[in-house]
Amino acid sequence: MTEENKEMSEIIAHQNIIEVRSLSVFYGQFQALKDVNIDIQARKITALIGPSGCGKSTFLRTLNRMNDLIEGVRTEGWVIFDGKNIFDEDTDLLELRRRIGMVFQRPNPFPLSIFDNVTYGLRVHGQTDRALMEERLVHSLQAVNLWDELKDRLEANALCLTGEQQQRLCIARVLALGPEVVLMDEPCSALDPTATARIEDLMYQLKQKYTIIIVTHNMQQAARVSDFTGYFLLGELVEFGQTGQIFTSPRDRRTEDYITGRFG
Amino acid sequence: MKTKFRLKPRAEQKVVRFFLYFLTSVAILVLVFILVVILKNGLPQLSLEFLTKNPAHMGKEGGIFSTIVATIYLTFIALLVATPLGVGTAIYLTEYTFEGKVTRIIRFGAECLAGIPSIIFGLFGFILFVTKLKFGWSILSGGLTLAFMVLPTIIRTSEEAIKSVPAAYRLVSYSLGSTRWQTVTRVVLPSAAPGIVTGVILSIGRSIGETAAVIFTAGSALRLPSSIFSSARTMSVHFYILAREGISMSKAYGTAAVLVIAILLINIVTYYLMSKYISRTSPE
Repeated sequence: MTEENKEMSEIIAHQNIIEVRSLSVFYGQFQALKDVNIDIQARKITALIGPSGCGKSTFLRTLNRMNDLIEGVRTEGWVIFDGKNIFDEDTDLLELRRRIGMVFQRPNPFPLSIFDNVTYGLRVHGQTDRALMEERLVHSLQAVNLWDELKDRLEANALCLTGEQQQRLCIARVLALGPEVVLMDEPCSALDPTATARIEDLMYQLKQKYTIIIVTHNMQQAARVSDFTGYFLLGELVEFGQTGQIFTSPRDRRTEDYITGRFG
Repeated sequence: MKTKFRLKPRAEQKVVRFFLYFLTSVAILVLVFILVVILKNGLPQLSLEFLTKNPAHMGKEGGIFSTIVATIYLTFIALLVATPLGVGTAIYLTEYTFEGKVTRIIRFGAECLAGIPSIIFGLFGFILFVTKLKFGWSILSGGLTLAFMVLPTIIRTSEEAIKSVPAAYRLVSYSLGSTRWQTVTRVVLPSAAPGIVTGVILSIGRSIGETAAVIFTAGSALRLPSSIFSSARTMSVHFYILAREGISMSKAYGTAAVLVIAILLINIVTYYLMSKYISRTSPE
């Protein structure tokens, strides 16, 4: 790689992939997010922490517009992804969700075969080429370190897998679509500590290629895996910055109270 | 002071167990009793001839072939119409609207429809299909009437089945960029299929056994129906006329036996198919 290329890739690596400006979300009368501003850097892990009901999951679900599915939701502000506001009328919602994938709290494979689970997204996006699907399947199962375990039983029902395998499979299901951002909503809360550690390792591998935003209740987890951390409280983004800085010298008193365990 | 009468826990357990056992036995015995009476009187009538020959002399002689054909025909048309209508309504109510006034009204309407006596459906079918739309006494009129009669059952069972599909499946499907329709057809309906099929089976049973609604709309012609515009007599109507007009009690019992066996067979076969289907879609 030439010097120039290296510099370019550095710049690209530090690009903001998502910029959130003055974002407010209302559920009927209740304001769940208050004027949130945040820059998400590409190919980094951003952790969102805060007590239950503080709006961090709402924030996450706003980014791929999953909140649209909830009755009476209203959104104000901008979320700029790839130079475009995702709330624009002409946003292709299906394409947005392909590019910004989501992993949920509980492992939730469909009651289908492993093959059908991983290729589900491709098929709903109109892919019929079996060879391409198989190629993507191999890649995404390799990316989550499941290929060697599962390659001989791709037709088995995904519900037969262990919790950790199921969660990896759910990540593979997202990766098969070639997303740029992966949203993770407490992806380890249903797993035991060893499985959690292995999923964290996986996140570390994945950030080579993907931008990860993770909501977690577990502050050690945020400190371990993330590059940036945001602290939410009552719908407000209290503090956002480099993870090291947030955990060693928080600027806001409320953040300090939370991370030192005095509150929350 | 008098102490309250109270059994020891172990004794109480025994009494309750015996009592519940007794209640269950009564329920089962009623079923067994019906089956025994029908089969004891009906089975001796059954023969290949009875099943394959058309009735002669108003049903006094011959078999019941034309009524079997009419029953199948009518039930088929009823379900052909009611299944898409009912499942479609259920999908609309659960997946395409939020809970509100409209859904409550639709649901209330369906409940009311379920409570209407079948003879009223017969009258409605007679007025609308037989006279107004000029379908005459025909398989078509009868089938459509039955379709409306079983519609609430299909709506309700499909709705319950669709509601019991885990919400997570829908969320995941949407988050992977599926449309609503893709989510319904690829995730929701396959998971809800056993419940929906159960509703359809129940409706088949009701259609086969229905008499009042059919006699008004499909008529009671004994000939083998040649098209959906032919008037025809179903097995249950045949049974009713044979017994009511005292034409032949033995032929009536024979018809009843065929009806009961058919319904039992349908239930057994579906049960078997469903358990196979469920074992295919869930972990070992």
